[in-house]
Amino acid sequence: MNMKAKIIITPKKAVLDPQGKTVSNALEHMGYEGIMAVHVGKYLEIDLAGTDKVVARQRMAEACSRFLSNPVIEDYRLEIE
Amino acid sequence: MNFVVLQFPASNCDQDAVHAARLLGHSARLLWHKENTLKDADAVIVPGGFSYGDYLRCGAIARFSPVMRAVTEFAANGGMVLGICNGFQVLTEAGLLPGALIRNRSLQFRCEHVHVKTVTADSPFTNQAAAGRLLRLPIAHGEGCYFADDDTLARLRTNHQVLWQYATADGAITDDANPNGALENIAGICNESRNVAGLMPHPERACESVLGSEDGRLIFESMIHAHARRAGARAA
Repeated sequence: MNMKAKIIITPKKAVLDPQGKTVSNALEHMGYEGIMAVHVGKYLEIDLAGTDKVVARQRMAEACSRFLSNPVIEDYRLEIE
Repeated sequence: MNFVVLQFPASNCDQDAVHAARLLGHSARLLWHKENTLKDADAVIVPGGFSYGDYLRCGAIARFSPVMRAVTEFAANGGMVLGICNGFQVLTEAGLLPGALIRNRSLQFRCEHVHVKTVTADSPFTNQAAAGRLLRLPIAHGEGCYFADDDTLARLRTNHQVLWQYATADGAITDDANPNGALENIAGICNESRNVAGLMPHPERACESVLGSEDGRLIFESMIHAHARRAGARAA
């Protein structure tokens, strides 16, 4: 049995997100109503060997804050399956 | 004076930086990112380009290169480090400079000459340019919008760490003169100890009149001056 880390990285709310803004404008122009805001981020899937989810979460959380996301401008959400 | 210019996979302004240093009569050599030591370096230049294809985030992968451990140690001992464009991004990712560089507000890659205003002459990178001195320098980047949280910005201001701001040709700091949306028109900063600096414009591409501007020389001449002063102080 192996595990999978699923990581979603999004720009912090305080950070200018011109991509999100542009996509939001486009959706409005296309007639999609009620779009409040769009945030464009990244999604990573990491295949992991082993079955210990607690250890996997610890190691992946460290990787997220050291490398996979930049805490100055991004937030991340991490799931281990 | 010995300039060492780092070379990562997909650095592309490394040769320009070496050329600029030699043009000013000093020695410069390239150093591959897998090296662990800077040897006789008096100053390190982290050059522009697209290190590691800008994968994940600009500078995010380069900063874990073996040579960056040596650069971090060099900087901790007071060594002069200048990051240009992608080099600036690498230094922020490495935590040697505060803040981050994000996608340009316009979402466009901007490639043009801009004016930057020297904010203070009190640094090894600006001592040959009086405060207020305008430099005409080229930019070429898609992710040069400087961002930092409010506390960091306040510290930058208090410690006079902002070295260059985007300005109009007559020196006004306006939104129109800001090519990328950088907070407070910030084009370049230094660390608290003032020995590490980064900027998005390319001074190494503006050191001879045939390239349209010689203003970039002032930044290298400042570093050369700072080095000579330091060497003089050691000898005394």
